[in-house]
This record gives sequence, structure tokens and C-alpha cells, in this order.
Amino acid sequence: MSPAELVAIPYTWVLALSAVLFAIGTMGVLLRRNGIAIFLSLEIMLNSANLAFAAFAFRLAAGHGTAGEALAGQIFIFFVIAVAAAEAAVGLALYIALYRLKETIDVDRINILRW
Amino acid sequence: MLGVLWLIPVLCLAGALLNLALGAAGARKGVVTIVGVGSVGAATLAAFVALWQYLHQPASVVVERYFTWISAGAFTIDASFQLDPLSAVMVSFVSFVGFLIHVYSIGYMHEETDAGYARYFAYLNLFMFSMLLLVLGSNLPVLFVGWEGVGLCSYLLIGYYYEKDWCAAAGKKAFIVNRIGDLGFLLAIFSTFAVFGTAEFTEIFPAAAAHPERYATAATFIGLLLFVGAIGKSAQIPLYVWLPDAMAGPTPVSALIHAATMVTAGVYMVVRCNVFYRISPTAMLVVAIIGGITAIFAATIGLVQNDIKKVLAYSTVSQLGYMFLGAGVGAFVAAIFHVVTHAFFKACLFLGSGSVIHACAGEQDMRQMGGLKRYMPTTYWTFLSATLAISGIPIFAGFFSKDEILAKAFAAGAGGLNGFGSLYYVLWFLGLAGALLTAFYMFRIVYMTFHGSFRGGEEAEHHLHESPPSMTLPLVILGVLSAIGGFAGFPGQLFGKTGLNWIEHFVHPVLLPIASEAHGVAAEAGHGEHAVSLGLEWLLVLVSVGIAALGIGIAYRFYKGPEAFARPRQLAERFSLAYKLLLNKYWVDEIYDALVIKPIYWFCLFCWRIIDVFIIDTVFVNGTAFLVELTGDLLRFLQTGNVRNYALSVALGILALAVILW
Amino acid sequence: MVTYVFLAAAAVAIVFAVLAVVPRNPMINVLSLVVMFFAMAAIFALLGMDFLAAIQIIVYSGAILVLFLFVIMLLNLRTVEPFGSGRPLQALLGVLVAAMIGGLVLALAALLHPELGGVLPGAEETGTALTIGRALVGSHLFVFEFISLLLVAAIVGAVYLTKKELR
Repeated sequence: MSPAELVAIPYTWVLALSAVLFAIGTMGVLLRRNGIAIFLSLEIMLNSANLAFAAFAFRLAAGHGTAGEALAGQIFIFFVIAVAAAEAAVGLALYIALYRLKETIDVDRINILRW
Repeated sequence: MLGVLWLIPVLCLAGALLNLALGAAGARKGVVTIVGVGSVGAATLAAFVALWQYLHQPASVVVERYFTWISAGAFTIDASFQLDPLSAVMVSFVSFVGFLIHVYSIGYMHEETDAGYARYFAYLNLFMFSMLLLVLGSNLPVLFVGWEGVGLCSYLLIGYYYEKDWCAAAGKKAFIVNRIGDLGFLLAIFSTFAVFGTAEFTEIFPAAAAHPERYATAATFIGLLLFVGAIGKSAQIPLYVWLPDAMAGPTPVSALIHAATMVTAGVYMVVRCNVFYRISPTAMLVVAIIGGITAIFAATIGLVQNDIKKVLAYSTVSQLGYMFLGAGVGAFVAAIFHVVTHAFFKACLFLGSGSVIHACAGEQDMRQMGGLKRYMPTTYWTFLSATLAISGIPIFAGFFSKDEILAKAFAAGAGGLNGFGSLYYVLWFLGLAGALLTAFYMFRIVYMTFHGSFRGGEEAEHHLHESPPSMTLPLVILGVLSAIGGFAGFPGQLFGKTGLNWIEHFVHPVLLPIASEAHGVAAEAGHGEHAVSLGLEWLLVLVSVGIAALGIGIAYRFYKGPEAFARPRQLAERFSLAYKLLLNKYWVDEIYDALVIKPIYWFCLFCWRIIDVFIIDTVFVNGTAFLVELTGDLLRFLQTGNVRNYALSVALGILALAVILW
Repeated sequence: MVTYVFLAAAAVAIVFAVLAVVPRNPMINVLSLVVMFFAMAAIFALLGMDFLAAIQIIVYSGAILVLFLFVIMLLNLRTVEPFGSGRPLQALLGVLVAAMIGGLVLALAALLHPELGGVLPGAEETGTALTIGRALVGSHLFVFEFISLLLVAAIVGAVYLTKKELR
């Protein structure tokens, strides 16, 4: 589609979507016992954050006129994705090590460090 | 040596330190003796050399400033010594009598362990150092350093036999009671600095003498506070209670410290500050009253005591009362004269009693003695000489000094000194009565101890022997001095010749002339002397001699001869209440215990049990710890170990942040 | 029309996000997440960030979630989790907190003045691989290098953590 038709979705809608997704992700983190599921919910949260960045970058691009600010938003999203990748790698490695130790991924069972 | 006056005390200090080291190193007695006695001997020699030089040079006051001891802005105290007639007299007899007693100690302490022997001489040397510091100091702070030092050494030496509880307790008692007096002294020093800006004798006394009316109230205040210190150190009422208990120490210690030197420090101090007392009639009267009352009070207690050292102790308290009486009637030189003669005869008496105790293998109760004249002639004759001196028999030393005090007291009464005329008459009478009692109880000792037959049993009688020459030689010297020492203050005015009273002329310059501007009242007793005619003076002399003779006669009647002890026993039974009162020293110690010690003890107990243990320890310290522990106990439940809980906490935190950022 | 595309993509995202969270089967979770990421990529593209949309698919769906799949298959996870999961207070609070946070942001979104995104002179140049590439090695070089360092650390960490003890 040509750039001229890239018109109107209000950036606030994107922000609203980001909020909803964030809420879903948080609920997943807090409510699930399976470690992998928690991780996946965490990815949802990261994505919703990315979406929020995108919304504001989109708005800046429209409102002010310098391409630089929109670009900064996108770069940031890029880095968030990179960090998420690193985090996923290390986190999953942790899970594997944990599974080797305790034969389970259930986070409720990993509670030795308690009073 | 003039110019190096500091050598005199420091030689003794060196002896003390050396002896401490030797004692720790386990040296034999011979080495310790050489160091201990030698250091004091050297100091005595140095003192006499300095005296010789002093007498042959024109200045009447020699001040040697060594270094600035304390310097705080405009306020400075110098470490400096002063040699003037008063300190010259004091230094000479302190060092000489001290030396004799050191020699005596060689024999007396012979049976102690090597370590104990070294400790004894170290403390004794330290005492000499402090005492010499006291008398040579040229300002109140240096004097106070010596003052405290002698107090410390008194404690150390009284508690020499520290393994015995009652000896250690006596040492503590001496130190603590002294401390009460020292508070007064300290306040006096502070006041002196506040009023005069300095405490140097060469500055404060001329200033006060030149402007008596300006400094009169200050002098009253300072004089009274200083006298409080003297009451403690010189064992006057009400702080005399430590002196009888101090007899727990070795007898040479009693002789040196509690007869000849330390206790006279208070008198020295009062005489040194005579200007203050002379421009403050109130202070001088207080000194005289306390001195007079103490003189007779202590004499009454000494009448019935059975321990030979206790009698001598109360006798010392009584004689000190005489010295303060002398100072209080303006006879400052007479007071110092009595100090000197008292040093001679009291030291002789104590050393003699030590010789007796030594012979009786530690027995001190006179009822177990008797007839020792046969076995210990030297001791007997020197003891007798000293007893005659203290009783005030003419020719012997005590007569001249005591008589002069009584005469001046009477003259103060007759001359209406400071307007308190009749009071001084009363004090004179008390002094006279005290002289009667003194003569009586002293000869009581002589008769009970040396005459009659030995009452201590066959076994002990075999051990009776005369003491070794190291002990008898000082006795002889002191006995001779007790006999002839009085001629230094021969009252030539009785015979119309005024030049014969050497000591009066020598020490007189210390009594600075007070600028008399309509004050005419506070005067030396010299004015009062004109109120008493020559005939009346002779009469007074005869009266006091007669009183002394009466006392001796009564003692003879009671304690000598075939009917010995019969009459005293009868009197004791007839006046049993009075007898008990005197024997128990008026229960003063018990009264102090109930009125002062117990409340303080309860207060301390309160502070300890309630404030310290309960409030501070239990409530605050332990309580705080308990609270912290409780908090920890409760808070640990936050650590559930459940990751999801932690995640929830994080989420809550984010929520809170978000709300805040809103 | 763009609006409709956006709404469709949003609906897909939400539905599959819920599907990624609620079911107890980890396989379903991962695979629905894949679909959700595709929807996200669509939204990115709608906003003019085409390079980012591509990266989203390649990295996120194609690498990270595949990794997840591998781990799930490695650990042989089954549906082991019971539904109630036995902590009612935690569950209740969790829902509440999540809802509130979401609600806050929604409120923010509602309060902001909606501006329409759109065309700029030269806007078509933002969001392309060329411009982003230039930015990465140009103005944002430091962070780019730093991210690479971070990735190295992650690799090292992952290798170390899963190392078996040598007997």
C-alpha cells in the first residue's frame, strides 16, 4: 500500500491494545504454576511493551516532523527483542538445570529458600 | 642545694621507683635497704645543704620555677618550689624524722618477705617524695599534688598487710575520708583562682594583705574551704575517724605518716595561708573552735583505750587539735613549733611502742604488758623522755610549744581578739583540761607498759628483749630531741629578753603584715600579748605545769604500786555508762555508719538494682533486643519461598509506582 | 480499511494471547503465542515499521519460540498442572493487580488526545531496513555493540548453566 494511504489508526488504540495484552501477560505470570508458561506470559508482557513503544514512536513521527524520534522508538524495540532473546536463552538454560535437579518445573515446588 | 631544690623530693621518688623495680625483680633485702634508706638519706643531706645555703644568702624567700605545668590560655600553673622560713622548717624536720624512721624500719620490717620489704620501702619513699613536694610547693596546685600523694601513700601503707580484710578496709577508710576533705581543698583552689587569678603564694598573700577589706569575704570563704581539707587530712572533728583505724598499718608507718608528717600537712597549710585567716575573724574562730573541741574530745577517748597504738592515735588527734587551736588564736608560729616538737616526741612514742610490740611478739594490748623497763631500758628511757615532753613538763620540748599555744589562747581571750574574747577564754580552758588528760593517759601508758610486773604469761616473758640498734638508735636520737628540742623556741619574753625565741623570729616573716585601715581587730596575738602582764604569764606557766603534774600524779596513783588498777576498776564500775561511752569512742563510727554510710549504700543499691539492672539493662537494652527479635520473627513470614508470591509483590510494587506516577 | 485490518489483528492478538495463558497444555501455549506474534508483526507493519515486523517474526516466532518448543520437548513436559493450583488469595490478588495495571494504562490511553499517525515528507524512509541499519551503525552504535556483548554473555551463561558435571 502506498505511503499516502498509511493514514489513520489513532495511536491510542495501539496503546489500549498494549494495555490489554500487558494485563493478560501479568495474569499469566501470577497465576500459572508451570515455569514455561510463566516465561511465555513474560514474553507477552515484553511484546505489549514493544507495542506501546511502537504506538508512541508512530505518534512522534506524525506529530513533530523529524524522522529521528520515530527511528529511536524502533531501534529501542529492536533492542528489546534482542534482550528478550538473550533472556529466553538464559532462562531456559536455568529451567533445564533446575529440571535436572528437581525433576519438576512447577514453581510452587521450588520453595526451599523459605522461613 | 639551692637552684636544684627539685632534687630533694626527686631523690626520694627515684628511690621509690627503684624499689618497685627491685621488688618485682626479687632483690634481696640488703639492696632494697641501701636504695630505700640511702635515697632518703641523700635527700635529707640535700635538704640540709639547701638550708645552709638559704641561711647564708640575703633573700628571705627563694622561688625556683621549673616549668609550666598547665597552660590554658590566660590560665597557667607553674611547677615551682619555694624556700622560705616556713618551708625550711618543714623540710628539715620532715626529711630528718623521715630518715630516722626509714632506719628504724630496717629492723622492724626485717621479718617480712623480700617482696613485701621492697614494697614497703618503695611506698615509704614515695610518701617522702609527696610530702616534700607538699611542703616545697610554691602554689596551691603543687601543694595539692603532694597532698593527694601523701593520701595515696597513706592508703597504700595502711593497707600494707592487705591480706587481712580489716587492714585493707582501714586503708580504704583513710583514703575515702581524706577525699571528703580534699573536695573542700579543691573548691578552695578554684575559688583562689577565681578571686586572685593565680594560686602562687608569692602573689596571693601580699595581695590579700595589702587590701584586707576587699578580700575579707573571699578569705573567709577560701579559708573555711581550705580548713575543710585540713580537717580531713589532719584528722579533726568530724573527719578524724580514719586515724585510729589507720593503726592497722605497720608501726613505723604510724609514726611517720600519722604522727610526724602527713597529719601535720593540714597545719602547715593553715599556717601557710595565715593571711587569709588573719583577715577573716570568722574563719580563724572556726579553726580555733574545732581545734579546741577536738583536742579535748580525743583526749577523753584516749583515757580508757587498752591498745597502746590506739591511745597514741587519739593522742595525735588531740595534739593536732592543739595545733589548730594555736593557729586559731593567731599563734601561727607556735602552731608550727608544736608541729616540730610533736614530730619529735610522737615519732619517738610510736617507734617506742613499735619496739614494745616487737618484743611482745605482736601483742598490742597494754593489759598483757608490764614491767618491760627491765628488759628494754633504752626503749623505756626514750619513751619516758617523749612522754614527759608530751605532758608539758618543763625543759622537755612539748612544754615550750604547748605552753605557748595556751598562753596565746589566754591572751586572745584577755585581749578580746576579733571581739570573741570570752570564747577564747573557754578554748583556753578546754586546752588546759586537755593537757591534764594528756598527761594522765600518757603516763598511764608508761605505768601499764613499763612498770609493775609482766602480765602476759610466762611463755611470752622469755621472748622479751631489747630491739636491735637499727631500731634503738633512732629512738635515742628522737628521745634526745624531745628533751632539748624545745629550746629552739625558748620563751625569752618571760625573762624580759625578747631575742631568745629563735623559731618565732625565724618564722615570723611568713606572717605578712596586714595593712591596717580601721581594722585593728584581726591581729596577731602579738597585740594581745600586751593585754597580759608578765606576772600573769608566769602564773599561767605555773598553772599548766601544775596541771601536768596533777595528771601524772593521778596516773601514778591509779596504775603504779601495789594497788595498781584498783581505783580505775572501781571508777569504771561506778560510772559504767561513761566508761562504755569512752571505750566505744562515743560510737562515732557506728553513728556515721547509720547516718551516712547506710543511706549512701542504699542509694547505690537503688542505682544499681533499679536504674542500672532494671531500667537500663532490662528495659532498654534487653527490651530493644527483644523488640528487634520480635520484629524479625514476625517479618520472616514474608519469605515464603514461593516465586509467585514474589512476583505478586513485584507487580504490586509496579502498581504502586504507576499510581504515584499518575 | 486500515482500521479494519488493525482491529482484526488486535482481536487475533488478544484471543491468542489468552490462549497462550489459560490452557494447561504447554504446546498449545507456545503455538498460540506464535500466532499472536504474527498478529503483532501485522500491527507493526500497519504502523509503518516494516523492518521491525520482519524482525519480530524472524527472531521472536522463528527463534525464541522454537527454542521454547525444543525445551518443552526436551523436558518432556506434560499437562501436569491442576487447574485451581491451590492458592486462592494469590490468584485473586494476581487478577486484581493485573487488571488494575492494565486499567491504568487503558485510562491513560483514553485520556490522551488521539492523534492520527501518518504521512511525513520522507516518512516512507523511516522503518525500512536501510534507515534502521544506518541508525544502528550510526547514531546508536554503542548500544548495538553493547547488545552484542549481552548476547555473548547470554550464550556463555546458557552453555555454562546446562553443562553436565564431569565425573
